[in-house]
Amino acid sequence: MTSTRRMVVVGGLGTAGALVVGYALWPSHRLERANALAAKPSEKFINNWIKIASDDTVTVVVPHCDMGTGIFTALPQMAAEELDADWSKVKVEAAPSDPLFANGPLGEGFILLTQGMTRDSLPAFLRGTVDNSFRTVAGFMNLQVTGGSSAVRATGVFGMRVAGAAAREMLVKAAAARWNVDAGGCTTKSNRVLHAQSGRSLGYGELVADAATYTPSSNPTLKSRNQYTLVGKSIARVDIPKKVNGTTTYGVDVKLPGMVYAAIRIAPVFGSKLASVDTGAVAGRRGVLKVVKLDDAVVVVADRFWRARDAVAALNPVFNSVADDSVNSAQLKSRRVTALAGADLKKDKTIGNGADALNGARMIEATYTVPYLAHATMEPMNATAVFKDGGLEVWSGTQDGLGARAFIAKTANLPLEKVTFHLLPMGGGFGRRLPGFFNFLEHAVRAAMAIPGIPVKLIYTREQDMQHDYYRPNVMNRMRSTLDAKGMPVAWVSDYTTDSGPNGEAHIVYGVANQAYRTAQVATHVPVGPWRSVEASWHGFFVESFVDELAHAAKIDPLAYRRALLANAPRHLATLNLAAEKAGWGSPVPAGKGRGIAMFESFGTVVAEVADVTVGSDGALKVDRIVSAVDAGMSVNPDGLKAQIEGAIIYGLTAALNGEITIEKGAVVQANFPDYEMIRLATCPQIEIYLHESDGAVGGAGEPGVPPTAPAVANAIFAATGVRVRDLPIKNHNLTVALR
Amino acid sequence: MSVQLKINGKMYNLDVEPDAPLLWVIRDEVGLTGTKFGCGIAQCGACTVHVNGNAQRSCVTPVSAVVGAEITTIEAIGENGLSPVQQAWIDHQVPQCGYCQSGMIMAVSALLKTNPHPSDDDLAAAVTNICRCGTYPRIRNAVRALVSEKG
Repeated sequence: MTSTRRMVVVGGLGTAGALVVGYALWPSHRLERANALAAKPSEKFINNWIKIASDDTVTVVVPHCDMGTGIFTALPQMAAEELDADWSKVKVEAAPSDPLFANGPLGEGFILLTQGMTRDSLPAFLRGTVDNSFRTVAGFMNLQVTGGSSAVRATGVFGMRVAGAAAREMLVKAAAARWNVDAGGCTTKSNRVLHAQSGRSLGYGELVADAATYTPSSNPTLKSRNQYTLVGKSIARVDIPKKVNGTTTYGVDVKLPGMVYAAIRIAPVFGSKLASVDTGAVAGRRGVLKVVKLDDAVVVVADRFWRARDAVAALNPVFNSVADDSVNSAQLKSRRVTALAGADLKKDKTIGNGADALNGARMIEATYTVPYLAHATMEPMNATAVFKDGGLEVWSGTQDGLGARAFIAKTANLPLEKVTFHLLPMGGGFGRRLPGFFNFLEHAVRAAMAIPGIPVKLIYTREQDMQHDYYRPNVMNRMRSTLDAKGMPVAWVSDYTTDSGPNGEAHIVYGVANQAYRTAQVATHVPVGPWRSVEASWHGFFVESFVDELAHAAKIDPLAYRRALLANAPRHLATLNLAAEKAGWGSPVPAGKGRGIAMFESFGTVVAEVADVTVGSDGALKVDRIVSAVDAGMSVNPDGLKAQIEGAIIYGLTAALNGEITIEKGAVVQANFPDYEMIRLATCPQIEIYLHESDGAVGGAGEPGVPPTAPAVANAIFAATGVRVRDLPIKNHNLTVALR
Repeated sequence: MSVQLKINGKMYNLDVEPDAPLLWVIRDEVGLTGTKFGCGIAQCGACTVHVNGNAQRSCVTPVSAVVGAEITTIEAIGENGLSPVQQAWIDHQVPQCGYCQSGMIMAVSALLKTNPHPSDDDLAAAVTNICRCGTYPRIRNAVRALVSEKG
């Protein structure tokens, strides 16, 4: 069949001539399996991500999960735009956790975007191979990840637009064939194909069966920006109505007949194992069904969650002592100090003369640190599992449905086909529920396998959730620079600790002739993982604090200083200028108040923030206002993008002011919100977001608002008090000592 | 052991211990899952329900303390469809992940009954719930709009 041809799509989202190559859509024989798996009798798949029903309704099948970022609205917007679908006849569903629905565009988007390329830069004969590879690799990798601020810029740009445009062309072809007219004389509007000359029209639902038999076009025409009617509009989020009346079913809300509940106590010290537990303490307690001993934890299964929780708290498990159970935060910090002072730093990147351009006599040096941080999603980690007939069925909210299914199969030593995974919305993700960090799935699956045939819902208490996270790492960065006679930096030398290798986010956008970056590997027993904005969450603070220090050392206004270093970065400069203008940079700041600025690019989006703070005579800090300018290229849903930046600023501010996970005797000290305090309404500043639309590639939304927040606030504190915060969180600093 | 509770206008005879937490009884015994578990120690407010019209954190409330009371959950806050607060939440596109919003809506609804015109400071003092997605600016805007509609 010719339909096995793969599709390469060329088109532009931005200005004409800006080419983007799309992902290969399925050959038509795969549609049958998709229909069997995920279509109602009235629906048919036309390609990977789009189903059309007999009543013309278009359903966009999204290979992501909902953790609150609005992608279940933005992605259908992108597909519906190209498909000329009427928004009132568009529905959205999460894709099944099946390899058939592995997210190839995500793999492609990530690989190409991180290399700064499109597939156009590849020789033509290789493109087909790449198409096939991305699909194969995505299936092989079980790729359905929601993370990396990637949904719109990868799945949307490379997948959804292409799927919409290709589907539209197939529907037009089907209509033209039915009418025996030239496809060029047909147009589309509101889920119908129209033939103006004859006045005839057919609904998409009447055409989908025919259309699905066509080979996907090798070159569907994508709309140009000025043709958009849905993309670029602040369409109301489709998930919100169910979130205001309590009817959204999160993982923790799953109800199954005969379901029982499990509570867990995990070895407090990472790496420690369960040695023994006397189960007599809970024998005969009401509702207790079983005490399950796991490798690193003890679990109580009971008929109700609170009974399981109270019972597990009544146990006194003994955990093996391990070498790390004497480790504390001070020792972990000294490991980093020692590593940075050592001679065996690993070269990451050098520009110009690198560190040789430092002049010892006129050197400015500062060392910054950020602490471990927990994710603290509002919905604590949980999963529900039943082990029955040699197979597992599991329900949970994760940032990768297919990855979760593969992890469960591996954990239980079962083939993938014997595992069914039901992906549910998450009460927050922030990186915590990404693959690689599935301790809650492992615990739930093992508990369920110990009590076969009965569905078990295992919920971490807040304390277990906070103390058994995969933390944003504790990182230290020594910065050095030498200024020229005008006060501008001739060298930028950044040596930073790392748990995992070099970070591209360390590299500055500022025009400094000589730069050097080196890493010092530090090993600890504390598990680390991606935390909203990942490496940018620390390098944003380091870079934007240090450039501020250089400006003050040079006695140059921090905004003017940054501007002078951004001559070759017009997008960054424009974003910085917009934030400064909207915040009234340069207007007088009363005594006791301070204004700070920071700008950082991450996940393809540039965000600048200006913070206004008040520091009382007692040192009490109040963040009054944060004004932010954002360049995410084009915004698909402007209000949705603004909401993400608002939320990211608050997430970043929470960490900057209060966030700190510390280690004592090898274990996490903080257990619940009183010792891991959050921003609340009373401490939430006024926040203003301004979008700077540009021709740049579409950028991410969920994470880029985080990195500039801590440095903008720290820089404002310096402006107000002369206190330079080089270690987060800010709560640990006495701001009374140097009031101007 | 039987405890009788009136939840959303309906009487339930529940075979639970007197010290069973109201949150888990609502979720696991009654089966209403709109009320959420967040911290278990009355810090985050995700479990907020109304007890005789007042906002109360159900995760630390023993059922014995609310026998005879009118308990209302998010499922019944809109008498005919959506309450004004719920509608304002949609109009201002407040929720992100949405997990804390049942508690937020219950806390705000209780405040507006006793103080129909709260200032931003009144709101912040009365509603101390945690939202990890950072929807506070939109909550503030939604409440301001509700207050100005009331004239």
